[in-house]
Amino acid sequence: MTRFLTLLATLLALALPAKAEEIVAGLSQNAVQITATFVGSEILIFGAVKRDTPAPEGDLGVAVVIEGPSHPITVRRKEKRMGIWVNTDAVEVNAAPSFYAVSTSAPFNEIISEEVDRARHISIPESIRIFHSEDVADPDNFAEAVIRIRENDGLYTMEEGGVRVTDNTLFDTHIELPANLTEGNYRARIYLTRGGDIVSNYVTNIDVHKVGIERWLYNLAHEQALLYGLMSLAIAVAAGWGASTFFRVFFRS
Amino acid sequence: MQIYLPIAEVSVNAFLLLGLGGLVGVLSGMFGVGGGFLMTPLLFFIGIPPAVAVATEANQIVASSFSGVLAHLKRKTVDIKMGVVLQVGGLAGAFLGIQVFNYLKAMGQVDLLVKLAYVVFLGVVGGLMFIESVRALMKSRGGKTVSTRRKHNWVHNLPFKMKFRASGLYISAIPPLMVGVLVGILAAIMGVGGGFIMVPAMIYILGMPTKVVVGTSLFQIILTTAFTTMMHATTNYTVDVALAVLLLVGGVIGAQIGTRIGVKMKAEQLRVLLAMMVLAVCIKLGLDLLLMPSELYSLGAGGH
Repeated sequence: MTRFLTLLATLLALALPAKAEEIVAGLSQNAVQITATFVGSEILIFGAVKRDTPAPEGDLGVAVVIEGPSHPITVRRKEKRMGIWVNTDAVEVNAAPSFYAVSTSAPFNEIISEEVDRARHISIPESIRIFHSEDVADPDNFAEAVIRIRENDGLYTMEEGGVRVTDNTLFDTHIELPANLTEGNYRARIYLTRGGDIVSNYVTNIDVHKVGIERWLYNLAHEQALLYGLMSLAIAVAAGWGASTFFRVFFRS
Repeated sequence: MQIYLPIAEVSVNAFLLLGLGGLVGVLSGMFGVGGGFLMTPLLFFIGIPPAVAVATEANQIVASSFSGVLAHLKRKTVDIKMGVVLQVGGLAGAFLGIQVFNYLKAMGQVDLLVKLAYVVFLGVVGGLMFIESVRALMKSRGGKTVSTRRKHNWVHNLPFKMKFRASGLYISAIPPLMVGVLVGILAAIMGVGGGFIMVPAMIYILGMPTKVVVGTSLFQIILTTAFTTMMHATTNYTVDVALAVLLLVGGVIGAQIGTRIGVKMKAEQLRVLLAMMVLAVCIKLGLDLLLMPSELYSLGAGGH
């Protein structure tokens, strides 16, 4: 792999126009298929830093972000009312990614400055957008709750030190995709930083979609709901009847 | 073996689902109940979204009741006319229940509604059954037989009288309609067949003979839950057929085992056990509502 990367880096270095430092990268897969037995997946991200001149001053950093499709969500908070816990306050979060994984070569704050993070939306809290509503006094608590819940579900991860950098040139990391993935277009961003500023970046897409029977059932349920409902009933009745007949015939005692 | 459920969009162990189906099947075979009231909360516990659990369970009940009804039809222990009247009420109830369900879903209170409904009904039914069966158990120990005399109550003074030949009844159509509506609402909201409400209501309110009660209730449950399934499938897209089939296969096999165990036990003992189980589920769900949850916040689909 390393030799292949070196070769790749050299070739690209020859082919591309000159710039002080540039990142070239690749992914082990550009599509993830959710099948009936899908248990999650792992994506390997690798690449190299291409430079024409000797390495400039400042520490080199690499940050890799994989971001799932964003959906609006409603965050609700429970409060004790009349002795029981009931949903009361709610905040609409305009966009929160369904999956968000960050992997960096060093502690996050050391390689990406706060201003850059805010401008480029790199860290987990920066990925969530709430248009502040007047309904609740503390919308920040709701944003934190989204992060906390999704971190517990393994959907938001931050791995500082997860990117391995070799000889200030080659880097690689792997990011786990959990089994409870939602479909859609996942965006992979790779940033090369020096002293907290971004010097180069690379963006590519990963297509995550259901295939086979998963795809077929999901589409049918949403597009031909009536037909799907009837089919569900028929299948269930046939399975139930079949299983009980089978049992009666073969296990008669 | 992990399996990714296409509609629930979660990956669960297929054997866990077969096992759950089997466990509930054993219990339903032993006690002669549908088991929906146990299965739906169990699905909540293993992380199936409540909306999917309720809709899928309705689908599963259709199937698990189907073979039961065939057996009862053969033995002619189904009062079809009574079943149809209950059904008319059941459809109206299911329609109403779905409206309430969808309205509260938009308000973010659907989990609360489902759980509250469970706590209340399981508590009431479990409590009554427990008291009644403990009494019966004590009486049978004392050696006395319980005399049953059919009483004339308010049910017999209402208009629109109809003849129900298989049940040997000549009563107003209003009480069966009301029972049907109630069970229909419960089926839609709780994802249950409603047998645990229907059977006592048929015996104690309508005064039907016990031998036609189970068959008729199954007959009515099939139609109500089939309608509920269709409503959930077309308005919420929450019926997961893969989940239903897995639960079902386990359930049918479990039911056969349960029936065999059930035959070997005394009816009173069975009822005490069932009552205790119902109360245990009720207490677990009740504590979830009463104790401070470890996570106060919850996420739902946004954008109304």
